[in-house]
Amino acid sequence: MKRKILLATAAATAIGGAAFAASHGMMSNKLVLVSWGGAYQNSQVKAYAEPYKAMHPKVEIIWDESSAEAVAKLRAMNEAGNITWDVVDVVASDAIRLCDEGLAMEIDHDKMLAPAPDGTPASEDFGELIVSECFIPQIVYSTTFGYRTDVAEWGGKEPDDVCDVFDLETFPGKRSLEKRPINNLEWALYCDGVAKEDIYDVLETEEGQARAFAKLDTIKDQVIWWSAGADTPQLLADGEVVIGSTYNGRLFDLIVNQKQPVKMLWDMQVFDLDGWIIPNGLPEDRLARALDFVYFATDTQRLADQAKYISYGPARKSSAPLVPDHMKPHMPTDPENAKNTLLYNYEWWADYRDDLDAKFQAWLAK
Amino acid sequence: MKVPATDPNTMDAPTPDDALHLVKGEGPIVAADGRPLKASLRRALRREKLRALGLVAPLLIFVLVSFIAPIADMLFRSVENQIVADTLPRTVAALEDWDYSSGEAPGEDVFAAFYVDLSEAVALKTHTRLGTRLNYEMTGMSSLFRKTGRRVGRFDTDIYADQFAALDPAWKDGAAWMEMMSAPGIESVLPETASAWQSWLRILENEGDDPAEETPADFVFTMLYRDLARGADVSAYNGPGADRLAAAAAAVGGFETVSIKEQFLKADKDWGDPEVWGVIQTFSPPYTPGYFLAAVDLKLTPHGIEKQPEEQQIYVMLFNRTLFMSLVITGACILLGYPVAYLLSSLPLRTSNILMILVLLPFWTSLLVRTSAWKVLLQQQGVINDILVWLGLVDDANRLILINNQTGTIIAMTHILLPFMILPLYSVMKTIPPSYMRAAKSLGATNWTAFWRVYFPQSVPGIGAGSILVFILAIGYYITPELVGGTSGTFISNRIAYHISSSLNWGLAAALGTILLGVVLILYWLYDRIVGIDNVSLG
Repeated sequence: MKRKILLATAAATAIGGAAFAASHGMMSNKLVLVSWGGAYQNSQVKAYAEPYKAMHPKVEIIWDESSAEAVAKLRAMNEAGNITWDVVDVVASDAIRLCDEGLAMEIDHDKMLAPAPDGTPASEDFGELIVSECFIPQIVYSTTFGYRTDVAEWGGKEPDDVCDVFDLETFPGKRSLEKRPINNLEWALYCDGVAKEDIYDVLETEEGQARAFAKLDTIKDQVIWWSAGADTPQLLADGEVVIGSTYNGRLFDLIVNQKQPVKMLWDMQVFDLDGWIIPNGLPEDRLARALDFVYFATDTQRLADQAKYISYGPARKSSAPLVPDHMKPHMPTDPENAKNTLLYNYEWWADYRDDLDAKFQAWLAK
Repeated sequence: MKVPATDPNTMDAPTPDDALHLVKGEGPIVAADGRPLKASLRRALRREKLRALGLVAPLLIFVLVSFIAPIADMLFRSVENQIVADTLPRTVAALEDWDYSSGEAPGEDVFAAFYVDLSEAVALKTHTRLGTRLNYEMTGMSSLFRKTGRRVGRFDTDIYADQFAALDPAWKDGAAWMEMMSAPGIESVLPETASAWQSWLRILENEGDDPAEETPADFVFTMLYRDLARGADVSAYNGPGADRLAAAAAAVGGFETVSIKEQFLKADKDWGDPEVWGVIQTFSPPYTPGYFLAAVDLKLTPHGIEKQPEEQQIYVMLFNRTLFMSLVITGACILLGYPVAYLLSSLPLRTSNILMILVLLPFWTSLLVRTSAWKVLLQQQGVINDILVWLGLVDDANRLILINNQTGTIIAMTHILLPFMILPLYSVMKTIPPSYMRAAKSLGATNWTAFWRVYFPQSVPGIGAGSILVFILAIGYYITPELVGGTSGTFISNRIAYHISSSLNWGLAAALGTILLGVVLILYWLYDRIVGIDNVSLG
């Protein structure tokens, strides 16, 4: 209770400070945004940065493509006492870690972010997607599979179930999977007959882990392990693998823009979130600018705009109707695609990540 | 020996030489200015040395500040472990009296200390950081701290504040508390309360609030209750609020109480697990060998040092693999580089220049471009496999697996590191006079004997230099194994990078890095003993 109040006062002070700075023209004219590069960052440039720049021509926006190492770099910046970033795009699990370490600022979503056009406060509009006090959700993406449609050995059959990835008889050929335990162990257990709601309970036990690795063993010699999101699209395009997991936006690009003979397998796609955080300890003028940008860039229209350029679902409920029709079938959140899904379990993985990663690496090396 | 242009004896100014002549055989030799020659020489030399030092100082300071100091700092992290004692100072002190081997969770005193520590840590947001740290040692600690952190502010201990306030509403008054807690001697009367009050002040300072305007948190009242219930000698205190305190001391016997331990157990039953407390106790010293043990597949447990379970042992294997593959790559570089360097040094200048450019061209190309090129060449649907299939050497269904394994790493890294072997070899071979070979042959040696007995021994320093360069570069290589190594061709450096940027276990990364540095230094020393570092020539 006490803490809530303290929090609210802190937030109110921050807001007051920002509003004061804004009204007195004390906003910094430089804004450093950190994102992932590639098609995703382009969609942010078009949907957020360019319109913002049009409204504030004096502001210089600098992009840094360091999101993959954001947590490590922010930690180093914090230790050095010199934070050079203003707004950082990170996945939800990293936002939680940054919040845990006190490296990201706590956000009062209702006060700092725009309400929906009908007046619904931001915290309701984002709903459960606010997985951390520091996290400003932006998009919903998923890790899912793509497969080649021209594999002769498959005899015209196409996979429609995630467990087809483990079926080497019907669907022979190489697969690509991410070189980390997250997602792979869940899929393995699910395809070994574990009910979706029991996956994490089973995975907590030694036997459950052994079971998941045993299932992965059945396809291990047919797997190429990827570590960059661009790997699977490349491997699929080259015909190196016939089926592989990656982020759905990457597959969208491969299918729609590069016109490769590849289709999506949406079954058991794993939902994850991506959004902004603001580093802790920014000077007041930079904080004011960062908050001003985030207020603009996460309103209902802007989030819907981003979906024009990349097939990731906007995090606001109120943005969904504004997504252009031709993009809807490519959205992971489209009802047709989201029949059978799994939500990344942040808290569970925060506990088991180190442990299972060591086991996973040892298993890979065997 | 050349004759000096000016004869010292005809010169006007005295020289040290004159001094020698002047004082021959009489006491200590003095310089022209009358000082002993030894001192004078030393002075002159010192000035020389200082000047030399002044010249290299900018570089030296630069290297110290930007290279040595960060590395030393990073290496220091491999043993540093102050976070536990810093975050939970009272708990660490209270745990000293607890015996892990008793097999039971600690008692109420430890939980009371932990309650104050955790309350402060939650307000300052350091408890999750500690949870992450301890999660390296025991899975589940991260969520245990996070979950308990959410609950610790809502413990049933609020009944103490209410009961004190019922005695006298002034107990809810921050200003009255301030007065009482800043009176001299209060620490000896109410030790736990005074300590909790310090935590409370730090929390308020962090929030920017004035303690005179805030009612203290529940944990302060809880500690006050504990002090009074233990029979604190309140009569020894006569500062502000002494009456209030005396009244409270008389009344606490009738207070409704709540067990802090039970509150924690209610928040999460794992707090009743002695293993959890064993881990906290084991990792409470400010320095720990834990990271180094983890780096060699051992772990520090309350029972002592144990082996990691077999399915988690990776580091020793990775170190061995890194060393083995670096040796193979060095060997491959010698085999491929030696003939090229020989050609370079023996061909006429015009031809060898063109050849030199061919050697240097890849050297000037970006590492990533070269590595990616190997991906295109080596993959199963790649150029090399296509050609082999087209030639009929390989069956289309059984294309060779040349990438995402050790083969890929060895091929790509040999190519990338080859110039580092060829260049030192070339510069050494260039200095071997061709007449030696001709002489050997004219004395009746065969081509082979002449090469093996005369030419090769002279080129050994080049091999040594090239091998050291290639081996040391290979052992710390990161990006190429990451891209083409798959699962069986990655190095220990890939794990270090993972712990730096992904898992954020910088302590373990530092320990792995320190061991790697140690291995390189030992190998260098061995090399010096066996081959001799004087036998290494870069040109």
